[in-house]
Amino acid sequence: KWYMQFDDDEKQKLIEEVHAVVTVRDAKHTNFVEFRNFKIIYRRYAGLYFCICVDVTDNNLAYLEGIHNFVEVLNEYFHNVCELDLVFNFYKVYTVVDEMFLAGEIRETSQTKVLKQLLMLQSLE
Amino acid sequence: MPAVSKGDGMRGLAVFISDIRNCKSKEAEIKRINKELANIRSKFKGDKALDGYSKKKYVCKLLFIFLLGHDIDFGHMEAVNLLSSNKYTEKQIGYLFISVLVNSNSELIRLINNAIKNDLSSRNPTFMCLALHCIANVGSREMAEAFAGEIPRILVAGDTMDSVKQSAALCLLRLYKASPDLVLMGEWTSRVVHLLNDQHMGVVTAAISLITCLSSKNPDEFKTCVSLAVSRLSRIVSSASTDLQDYTYYFVPAPWLSCKLLRLLQCYPPPEDGAVKGRLVECLETILNKAQEPPKSKKVQHSNAKNAILFEAISLIIHYDSEPNLLVRACNQLGQFLQHRETNLRYLALESMCTLASSEFSHEAVKTHIETVINALKTERDVSVRQRAADLLYAMCDRSNAKQIVAEMLSYLETADYSIREEMVLKVAILAEKYAVDYSWYVDTILNLIRIAGDYVSEEVWYRVIQIVINRDDVQGYAAKTVFEALQAPACHENMVKVGGYILGEFGNLIAGDPRSSPLVQFNLLHSKFHLCSVPTRALLLSAYIKFINLFPETKATIQEVLRSDSQIRNSDVELQQRAVEYLKLSSIASTDVLATVLEEMPPFPERESSILAKLKKKKGPGAVSVELEDGKERGELNDLHGGMGQNTSNSSTPSPSADLLGLRSAAPVSGATPSAGSLLVDVFSEAGPAATSAGVNDDGFLSSAPPTAASEDPAPPLPESDELLNKFVCKNNGVLFENQLLQIGIKSEYRQNLGRMYLFYGNKTSVQFVSFNTTVIGMVFFLNVQTKTVEPLVEGGAQVQQVINIECLTDFIDAPLLNIKFRYGGALQNISLKLPVTINKFFQPTEMAAADFFQRWKQLSQPQQEAQKIFKASHGMDTEVLKAKLLGLGTALLENVDPNPENYVCAGVIQTKAQQVGCLLRLEPNAQAQMYRLTLRSSKDTVSQRVCDLLAEQF
Repeated sequence: KWYMQFDDDEKQKLIEEVHAVVTVRDAKHTNFVEFRNFKIIYRRYAGLYFCICVDVTDNNLAYLEGIHNFVEVLNEYFHNVCELDLVFNFYKVYTVVDEMFLAGEIRETSQTKVLKQLLMLQSLE
Repeated sequence: MPAVSKGDGMRGLAVFISDIRNCKSKEAEIKRINKELANIRSKFKGDKALDGYSKKKYVCKLLFIFLLGHDIDFGHMEAVNLLSSNKYTEKQIGYLFISVLVNSNSELIRLINNAIKNDLSSRNPTFMCLALHCIANVGSREMAEAFAGEIPRILVAGDTMDSVKQSAALCLLRLYKASPDLVLMGEWTSRVVHLLNDQHMGVVTAAISLITCLSSKNPDEFKTCVSLAVSRLSRIVSSASTDLQDYTYYFVPAPWLSCKLLRLLQCYPPPEDGAVKGRLVECLETILNKAQEPPKSKKVQHSNAKNAILFEAISLIIHYDSEPNLLVRACNQLGQFLQHRETNLRYLALESMCTLASSEFSHEAVKTHIETVINALKTERDVSVRQRAADLLYAMCDRSNAKQIVAEMLSYLETADYSIREEMVLKVAILAEKYAVDYSWYVDTILNLIRIAGDYVSEEVWYRVIQIVINRDDVQGYAAKTVFEALQAPACHENMVKVGGYILGEFGNLIAGDPRSSPLVQFNLLHSKFHLCSVPTRALLLSAYIKFINLFPETKATIQEVLRSDSQIRNSDVELQQRAVEYLKLSSIASTDVLATVLEEMPPFPERESSILAKLKKKKGPGAVSVELEDGKERGELNDLHGGMGQNTSNSSTPSPSADLLGLRSAAPVSGATPSAGSLLVDVFSEAGPAATSAGVNDDGFLSSAPPTAASEDPAPPLPESDELLNKFVCKNNGVLFENQLLQIGIKSEYRQNLGRMYLFYGNKTSVQFVSFNTTVIGMVFFLNVQTKTVEPLVEGGAQVQQVINIECLTDFIDAPLLNIKFRYGGALQNISLKLPVTINKFFQPTEMAAADFFQRWKQLSQPQQEAQKIFKASHGMDTEVLKAKLLGLGTALLENVDPNPENYVCAGVIQTKAQQVGCLLRLEPNAQAQMYRLTLRSSKDTVSQRVCDLLAEQF
């Protein structure tokens, strides 16, 4: 998900670069990597990495827990979420992201409120 | 319990995704996708109108295909149609497609904006949110133009639903970041600030991001937010862990909001109102106290959330830098984290402590942790943690612990990761100089540095050690002895040879009494390294040899023999050959007195700030422009030092004291002993900067093959190579612009603000006079105001005339003015046109800024037309010092420690023209492996970005 303007080639390149810097790190390393003019905060859940790229001055731990909060919401919403849920329901994942993070900032942190809203949307046609 | 059942939604989509996942090969996948694309295309083109469901399904498939990395060039219209559906699921897919695959097709933008407008006024909160999310995700200028007026209204309206307010706040933030000029808060300011008081914590969380951004840009207008933020923070901090219900995360009340509130307060100085300040200090104390309480949960989520607030509170305490008590408490807390088992916490504690070290109140407290930090440097497994430890050691260093810290850093350097070595070297060099009490320690340290990490020792570092040794006679003998010993090593770094050559050449006599380091032994030692060294070092060694002849007459015969050997006197390198010839001649014809005068010891350098220190100072901000200027000067002088040993051998009668210092370093034959045509322009060769050395020689070679010029009365068209000539002067101001068999044109120029003055030196290389000598500058009246003084029409054989050109830059420009030169030589008209090397970058004023400012400005210049980018192959070596010299030569400030990747360079400057000032940011990313660069320019003016980018791309 992009919160700044990039062209498609640049996006692809960024994805590859992020993949390269994050996946080589071992569990004893920090969850933070400097990346270009930013830093990546990432968290690994089994085979899935969730990464957020933020300004160097942003609060590392707050975003680290922001990821976890998001993952807990996915877990509730998809009932023990697994990678396949995210692939088959990719368009719903976008909705979850927008509920919790918008314009690159935190929009809502209450799991109860987010899930209630998602349930409401789910009931709409 | 809300949950998605696996089978719901679009069956066709699920089948398609399964098919793709079952594909065994990339080819099979592409085949399947092409089949699907053909199918969708035919459906969209078919006569039968598709129902909403089918449209949604196909659009969603296209989106999936796009996300797999394939191009999608149709379906936009169908997606736009979905926007006007009344069904949420159809609308959602439509908006998603638009957000992910936005296309600047103007026809579509109008339709999309129309649909958004309808949804915004629908009063249906779900639809309003979808529309707002779309704007927030796309954030284009067109959308800002259409909706920047409407969204603040929605944000503050009394009857707007909370969830819509949340989306509206962040939507506005995105538009503000993308197009600040279009988002005018004005009348809404106070009501937006009061969102901090909103009942709904989600609204506060969303609104505070907007308020923080706006406050950092317009602190005065938003300053009422301080007291509101403090009272909100106080309520959260003092609440019990269950009070906030939904907003409690692992027993921590509203961690994200707390962090955001603390961050907002960092946009302001400490509150002036005593009551507000008291309340805030209380909050900060409570946060520090809580860190000491036993955890309410063993889960890492609990401690992370709690510590997120703690670190933000510490940032605020450091930002205020006024409460000694809090600063010391913060430091103690971080001290505990230094030994925590969580790597994240150790890393963050090191990072945060680094800023604490610079506060006078907590510097001492930080120092107590020195052993722990040294240990971290040695034992941490994650290189980024070690890097932070090194940063912290550097920050906590003072006179009392400098020896220990420098020793630790030196020993770490032996095993340090390559990525951080250069920075470490610089830091060690700075600390060693800054805190040197006895200079023998300093000399030892720098020589160790060269021994351990010679490749990473930049020129500045070894120039500096020589300056210091020359200026302090108490250390000269020691330096000579130590460097002599260091050179005994069978393999020593070339930088060591340079220092050795220089110091022994100056002060070898101080150790010559010892038979183990007798003159001949010294000479043989140096000469044993000679054949392994590069040309500049060999040149330096030759100068050391002639100095030896003066210091120790007994070495004369040996050295003359060396100079006389074919490998010197017939060396294919002009510079080396020149030195060998001249030194040989000098040593054989000059009397001892003359020799002693010419080769006298170098006079002390004027005391001045170290260039390495200047680098450090630069990153500290204000007042740095002057440092920048001095730095430029210094580079020149340091360079003098490099080759200036033989300075006095050039008996040229140049009046400029800076020119004769340059002496043998320049590529031109500067020589009193062998006058040649080339030496006419001695005084214009005051080119400094390492880049010039190699360029100079090439220039000559290149220029002598310039084609004969056309003979007509009209100004000739510019020479075919004039663009190349122009490019050579983008990053330098002085040098030889042009040369053929008859004429040589040298240039010296200087620029201030939007004004420039250029001195052109026309040298007649022949023995015959030039008549009707006449020059004109043509063109560019709208962009540049160029005043030239006319030159005498007669240029005697062998003479040189000077012309002054004053230049005023009116507005930014692309093409350089033409310089046309006409004269008659032996009756034949010579007519030459060149491009005058005036390029837009000459009017740069360097701008220093801290990393945060840089990134902020960088982001403000994010419109596509403000950016120019080039990716290109390196056409020269990628030596760091050369790159830096070129970037400085460009006229911008080279910002250190801004780009997190130390391989990259970022620069900032303002182009001064009479019409306007154009701020310009630059980023150069070298890729040494691929020998490629990516150069990105951003400025407030598209033509400037493009032009500077084009100019600079030719330089590497």
